[in-house]
Amino acid sequence: MALAKRIIPCLDVTAGRVVKGTNFVNLRDAGDPVEIARRYDEQGADEVTFLDITASSDQRGIILSIIEACASQVFIPLTVGGGVREIGDVRRLLNAGADKVSINTSAVQNPDLVAEASAKVGSQCIVVAIDAKEVAPGAWEVFTHGGRTRTGLDAVAWARRVQELGAGEILLTSMDRDGARSGFDLALTRAVSDAVDIPVIASGGVGSLQHLADGVSEGRADAVLAASIFHFGEFTIREAKEYMAARGIEVRL
Amino acid sequence: MSASGTVAVIDYGMGNLRSVWQALAQVAGESKVVVTADPAVVAAADRVVFPGQGAMPDCMREVDARGLRGALVDAARNKPFLGICIGLQMLFEHSEEGDVAGLGIFAGRVRRFPASQMVDPAGLRLKVPHMGWNRVQQAAGSGCRTAAHPLWANIADEERFYFVHSYYVDPADSTVVAGTTGYGIPFTSAVARDNIFAVQCHPEKSARAGLTLLANFIGWKP
Repeated sequence: MALAKRIIPCLDVTAGRVVKGTNFVNLRDAGDPVEIARRYDEQGADEVTFLDITASSDQRGIILSIIEACASQVFIPLTVGGGVREIGDVRRLLNAGADKVSINTSAVQNPDLVAEASAKVGSQCIVVAIDAKEVAPGAWEVFTHGGRTRTGLDAVAWARRVQELGAGEILLTSMDRDGARSGFDLALTRAVSDAVDIPVIASGGVGSLQHLADGVSEGRADAVLAASIFHFGEFTIREAKEYMAARGIEVRL
Repeated sequence: MSASGTVAVIDYGMGNLRSVWQALAQVAGESKVVVTADPAVVAAADRVVFPGQGAMPDCMREVDARGLRGALVDAARNKPFLGICIGLQMLFEHSEEGDVAGLGIFAGRVRRFPASQMVDPAGLRLKVPHMGWNRVQQAAGSGCRTAAHPLWANIADEERFYFVHSYYVDPADSTVVAGTTGYGIPFTSAVARDNIFAVQCHPEKSARAGLTLLANFIGWKP
């Protein structure tokens, strides 16, 4: 008996559609978010993460109706991130049916938001997303605004800090690997996972099933997140799980 | 597997009950599922679901602030009653979380996962909260004549359910154990006695297995 390592497909959503590109450019349309979430649920996804990459604030309401529709049909945990700035945003997403809300740039700008949100809605609902870039061998800096803004924060120290603030989980993305399909930054993943007691989701760089397995066995991630290898039908979630199970990793099949 | 009547989901203001309501509504058949903070509605319901998330001291405070304690204790005495997550933990006498008293419907305590034993068989550290899909080994509980409790019908033994918690229940009376899960230590993940069934996992987030458990509750005649 053991806890399963989770496989989490990530849906980047803008203007009501799932899209996928490289470093937020060259976006390709990948379909209707609710339909895709249902398909992943049927394939055995352990959770689904929506990332709202809508640039203009007047379109932000769209994600709420997507979450509402999804939550009425998909009975696995739903995480939503993107543009979460204040406690009101957290509440609106949870009320729409999200189980967890992911906070990224605003956590750096206003760490009190993480403390306030976890105190009010519970740590289990608060994920802090960390986007990190390697700045020296074995040293990673936190970036915000989709990887455009340096923060001067060390990623491992920041991970410890958000745990103290009350985050229930960390979604860790390597900006160097995101979209590159060359595998997770395993050294980064392991450094952060070993530094905190809360679960870590590895993200950024998955191009093969081997990469997913490596994230768990070498990166020591509790969960692995990927987008493009699932969206365009290269692999199903089930194939990914069977691959991992064959390598001795506990998964929910 | 459907029955008519009203299922009351108790809302004491600790977070969002939409997913619990939605999952129950999905399997409710002829039954009506209502989310309520009104003790009279709870008293009139045919079945009661007691969910919960967040910290137990806050949950206990809110239950009392809304005058729901009496209705809860009554419901747990005489009608099909399903506790979920903190709704399981609150049925016990005491929790280490905030050193708070619970409703005392089951004898025993709620404990935090012991840091010293949070290691997997390979020697790697286990994270707390226990978050994700883990197996539940089924048992009968107390006052049940079958080998496995009827709420486990059509669910494979050792099926995985979705968990998120840092504390677990430790019943004084081991006959009430209806499910066991391993995470560093074996812990009680479900209890049952007569008309009460309560689980640590979130059936409303546990895909098909979770919906089956909820459907079994809707049709349960203890």
